[in-house]
Amino acid sequence: MIHLSDINKTYNNGAPLHVLKGINLDIEKGEFVSIMGASGSGKSTLLNILGILDTYDSGEYRLAGNLVKDLSESKAAEFRNRLIGFIFQSFNLISFKNAMENVALPLFYQGVGRRKRNALAMEYLDKLGLADWAAHMPNEMSGGQKQRVAIARALITRPQIILADEPTGALDSKTSVEVMDILKNLHKDEGMTIVVVTHESGVANQTDKIIHIKDGLIGSIDENLNHDASPFGQGGYMK
Amino acid sequence: MRIDRDTAEEILATLLRNKSRSLLTAFGVFWGIFMLVSLVGGGNGWQDTMKYNFDGFATNSCFIATNRTGEAYKGFRKGRYWRLENRDIENIRKSVAGIDVITASVAGWGKTAVHADKKYSCAVKGLYPEYDAIERQDLLYGRFINEIDIRDRRKVCVLGKRVYEALYNKGEDPCGSLVRVDGIYYRVVGVVSTPENVNLQGNGSEQVMLPFSVYQTTYNCGDQVDVLAISLKPGVKVADLKPQIEAIIKSAHSIAPSDKQAIWMLDAEAMFSMVDNLFIGIKALVFLVGLGTLIAGIIGVSNIMMVTVKERTVEIGIRRAIGAQPHDIMQQILAESVVLTLVAGMFGICAGVGLLSVFEQVSVSDTGHVFAFQVSFGTALGMLALIVTLGIVAGLAPAFRAMSVKPVEAMRDE
Repeated sequence: MIHLSDINKTYNNGAPLHVLKGINLDIEKGEFVSIMGASGSGKSTLLNILGILDTYDSGEYRLAGNLVKDLSESKAAEFRNRLIGFIFQSFNLISFKNAMENVALPLFYQGVGRRKRNALAMEYLDKLGLADWAAHMPNEMSGGQKQRVAIARALITRPQIILADEPTGALDSKTSVEVMDILKNLHKDEGMTIVVVTHESGVANQTDKIIHIKDGLIGSIDENLNHDASPFGQGGYMK
Repeated sequence: MRIDRDTAEEILATLLRNKSRSLLTAFGVFWGIFMLVSLVGGGNGWQDTMKYNFDGFATNSCFIATNRTGEAYKGFRKGRYWRLENRDIENIRKSVAGIDVITASVAGWGKTAVHADKKYSCAVKGLYPEYDAIERQDLLYGRFINEIDIRDRRKVCVLGKRVYEALYNKGEDPCGSLVRVDGIYYRVVGVVSTPENVNLQGNGSEQVMLPFSVYQTTYNCGDQVDVLAISLKPGVKVADLKPQIEAIIKSAHSIAPSDKQAIWMLDAEAMFSMVDNLFIGIKALVFLVGLGTLIAGIIGVSNIMMVTVKERTVEIGIRRAIGAQPHDIMQQILAESVVLTLVAGMFGICAGVGLLSVFEQVSVSDTGHVFAFQVSFGTALGMLALIVTLGIVAGLAPAFRAMSVKPVEAMRDE
């Protein structure tokens, strides 16, 4: 599903900063993996490249069989829209749109008709137990609810992968567990490919595979099918 | 282009999010278009007022009278008095091409017209039938002086409107009745109303008009003429004919060809074209001032849209991240700019049109003439098109800035 070979990325803001120094990584369809690393390790840059939000300098990135390299702005937008579902740390809902409209927004950019996309948005909100909150604005909802709206928004285009950037970063431990349970169920029930970027070992422990990234290189990849890599993230304790 | 109800709601939501800011920005555009509409309308009204004043007066015309000679010539001394004569009319008519009508007038002031027990101080004028071509004579009763009156020296007269009003009861037909002036009874054949604001030898409505030949006989003028009035064919300029006409008159009256003051000549065409140029100048000025104000307002819109885009960088980043095409973002910003200017502009046009119609109500002349202050429907449509265009122009720079927002911006912490 995701194939990275020798990805390099250098930022040129004043002094050149070599962030990714040759990343090789394969993530298969249906995997539930986390990418862990300290701040400055390059994990955010890697996520940006995976999400086609940013470009890389050399190497090759294939997403669901498509070569992602030197794409035009509009082609990149189309790939993001159709192939990737984003979940952000700060939810990134649009503040003046209600829950349903936020969920429907990716379909708006696909040109789906209003009635159809709103019906679909309601369906997904219902799936996440938020049908009653469809008409509420983001500032009327709790953090957990907002993140569930964001998950619905990520799912509505039936993407190939879900990219989650610190999905629990702004949540308390109880809602963190809820959100991670949703992601786990998505993986288990629908076979969704999910990549979670986090620096919390408790979150990473919920995933099946933990990729450690350090100083711009893949450090180690741990299988974690028993979810016992960390004392955190067990029995509902995540933080 | 993806436009549906959500697009409209979104534009409305973003504009209403910052109500006072949108309102203040919109006011700039409103004021600009309001000024433009009012100024253009004001210019129209003023021009119409002037046109109304000149109405009925031949604009492509000139008038000739006499003055003391400025040079000694052929044995005559300098400073001699001389008069125009009947033969000058025929001479000029025969030898100058390009003349439409040439006619003469003689007048005397301080007369009294008497009918029954009423009297009125007036002037008396001797005219030819063609005089109508110089100064339009609108008939209220009867007819104007005709050729037979001139030929037979019939003692008939045409009354000016105010003379009629003073001597007769309202609604009374004066035709056939007699009016006495200077001891002579004239039969009234008509009543005329003449242009109010531009006239030759006094206001026509204050006059009793006699056939030219009758006046000359009655007042012992011989064949002397006070003023020659000439109207030219379309496209002919007074300045072109002036030397020719002056030469004919000078040779007939033994005036030195180089004499500059003996002939008094009024070039009405030059005066009117000066006024026309003034119209053009003022209209251009008015348009520039209005347009300038409007452009200042539009720059305000562009400025505020720039700020909006900067504020919404993260939001635009989110949209880009979940799949908005660059042109989707551009379209959104442009639409906001156009809607803001369009709404403000419509209010501006309406307010301007409203103000102008108040002007029209207030400025109706005593004759019931409505001065055309109002801008035409076409002009208003043109202004609407101008607003939309300017709205797009105002949105362009902010839209391009919004387009350059990278999707990575979505990952920034707010």
